Amino acid sequence: MTQLALIIDLNVCVGCHACVTSCKQWNTSGPAGYLSDDNPYGADPTGTFFNRVQSFEIGEYPNTETVHFPKSCLHCEDPPCVPVCPTGASYKREQDGIVLVDYDKCIGCKYCSWACPYGARELDEHMKVMKKCTLCVDRIYDESLPENERRPACVLACPTNARLFGDVHDPDSEVSVKIREEGGYQLMPEWGTNPANHYLPRRKQKITIHEDELIRADNPLRKEGTHPPQVIEEPTLDDVTSW
Amino acid sequence: MHPAFSVIFLTTLIGVGQGLFLALFTAQSYAAVGFISIDNPRLFYSVGSLLSLGFLIAGLFASFFHLGHPERAWRSAARWRTSWLSREVIALPVMMGIVFIYGLMHYMGWNPNIIGASNPLQGQLTLFVGILGTIVAFTLFLCTGMIYACIKFLQEWHTPLTVINYILLGTASGFMFATLYAAYMAPNLVTMYGTWTIIITLVALVTRVWALIRNARIKHRSSLQTAIGVRHTGIVQKSMGMMGGSFNTREYFHGTSPEFFNLMKWSFLVLVFPAALILLWLGLESETNGHYNTKLLALAFAVQYAGLVAERWFFFAQAKHPQNLYYQTVG
Ligand code: SF4
Ligand code: SF4
Repeated sequence: MTQLALIIDLNVCVGCHACVTSCKQWNTSGPAGYLSDDNPYGADPTGTFFNRVQSFEIGEYPNTETVHFPKSCLHCEDPPCVPVCPTGASYKREQDGIVLVDYDKCIGCKYCSWACPYGARELDEHMKVMKKCTLCVDRIYDESLPENERRPACVLACPTNARLFGDVHDPDSEVSVKIREEGGYQLMPEWGTNPANHYLPRRKQKITIHEDELIRADNPLRKEGTHPPQVIEEPTLDDVTSW
Repeated sequence: MHPAFSVIFLTTLIGVGQGLFLALFTAQSYAAVGFISIDNPRLFYSVGSLLSLGFLIAGLFASFFHLGHPERAWRSAARWRTSWLSREVIALPVMMGIVFIYGLMHYMGWNPNIIGASNPLQGQLTLFVGILGTIVAFTLFLCTGMIYACIKFLQEWHTPLTVINYILLGTASGFMFATLYAAYMAPNLVTMYGTWTIIITLVALVTRVWALIRNARIKHRSSLQTAIGVRHTGIVQKSMGMMGGSFNTREYFHGTSPEFFNLMKWSFLVLVFPAALILLWLGLESETNGHYNTKLLALAFAVQYAGLVAERWFFFAQAKHPQNLYYQTVG
C-alpha cells in the first residue's frame, strides 16, 4: 500500500514561508475553489491556509535556538478526523493514503476539526466547508506537467529543500531512508494517530578535539628555529608513533 | 473550545424534550399499575407530547445555525456506523416521530390491548410505544453525550461522566417542566414529579461536581514538547505563523476572561441546583386546595434552564484542545 507524505527537515527550514505562499497560490487557483481571505490588507486580516510556518524558541538566552516549524495536515494513517464525519465528506484514499474533504458533501459542521489534535483543518468562512492540505492531489498526478513538477507546490517552492515528498510505506524511498537514518519522528505520538508526515530533528555537527590537536606540536619551523621552540614537555604523538 | 450558542441550545432544548417525554411515560406507567390516576389522560398525554415535540423541534432548529450548509443536513445520516454525530442525527427525528405518534395515539384513543384484554395492564399499545420512546430517549442522550466523550484528546470530555451528566441534567429539566405542566393539567401529579425532579437534580449535582473535580485534576497528555517533538523544558512560541486570526484562533478558545469563566461556573452551580430546587420547593409548598403557585414553578424551570445554558457554555469553554499549543503567540 502506498502512503504519500511530507518529510520536514527542521534542521534546514529557515522559516521563509515560501511553502505557505506557494501553497496558497496553487490551492486558491484550482478548480476546487478559492481559499478565502477577509481584510487581507485591513486591520484584522484572516484567511484560510493549508500550511503555516510557526517559530519556537528553545532554551533560555543566551543558549537559545530558533526552530521554524511548518505545519499542515499530517495525513494520519489512523486519522481521528475521518470516522467522526457524519456525511462521509472526510475520507482517506485507499490508493495513496491522502486524507481529503469532498467539498460537495461537507455540511460545515466542524466536527472533524474538533477531532484533529493538530489543528490542521480550517473552515472556509465563505465556502462554509472544511479545508485542509490535499498534498496537491490535483498536481501530483497531472501528466501534463513535467515529471519533476508532479510534487506538492510547497515542496517545489522550498529554497532549502527542507520538504521532501514520497511514499513512506516503500522502505527504499528517499523519505523512508531519511526517516530511518536521520531520526524522523511523528507529532503527538500520544494519541495514536500515526501521522504519515514525519519531521527530521535538529542535527548538530560535532567533533571532539583534544588540546594537542590544536597545537601543531611537530611544526618543522620550530625544529628549524625560525619559530619559538617546542613548549610541550611530554613526548608528542609523533615522537611515540611510528606512522 | 469556543461555545457555540447553536449547540448550547440544541443540547439543552432536546434535553428538556426528552426529559418531558420520560416524565409523561413515568406517569403513564404509574397509572397503568394504579399508583396514580389522571383525570383527563387523553389531554394530559397529548398536550404533553406536543410540548415535548416543541422542545425537540426548537433544538433541531437551533442546530441548523451550527452548519455551514444546512441544506445538505440530510447527508449527515450517512456515517452512522462510525460517527456519533451521525447517530444523533438519526436518533433525533426518530425521537420526534415517536413522541408525535405517542401523543397522537393518546389523542385519538388508539390504544388496543395487544397482549390481551383480560390482562390487568390496560392501554397496552401506548405503553409499548412509550417503552420504545424511552429507549430512543436514552439512545439520543447517549449519542449527544458521546459526540463529546468520544474525542479522546479533549480530555475534559473523554469520560463516561459526560454522558451521565447529559442524561441527568436533561432529565432533571424535563421533570421540572413536567412539574409545571402538571400544575396546570393534573395537580395530583405535582408532588410525584416534584419529588423526582429533586432526586434527579441532586444526583446530577453529585455527578456534575464529580466531573468538575475530575477536570480540575486533569494532567494533559500533550505539551509543547510532544507538539513539536523537541525535548527541552524551555520552549516558547514566538510566532504562530500569522499576524491576524484564523479559524484556529477562533474555534478553540472561549475568548473570555478567567473571571467570566469562573462566573459562569458558579452561575450554573447555583442556578441549576440550589436556586432551582428552592424555588421548586416553594412551589410545591404553595399548594392550596389542590392548586399550586404556577408562577413559582415556572420561575423554577426558567432558573434551572438558564443555569443549564450556563452549564453547557462552561462545558465547552472548559475543554482544552491540544491544537491550542500551536496557537499561543501572535506573530
Ligand atoms: S493531521 Fe488532523 S486533519 Fe490531518 S489526517 Fe491527521 S487528524 Fe486528520
Ligand atoms: S465539517 Fe464537513 S468534513 Fe468535517 S465532519 Fe462536518 S461534514 Fe465532515
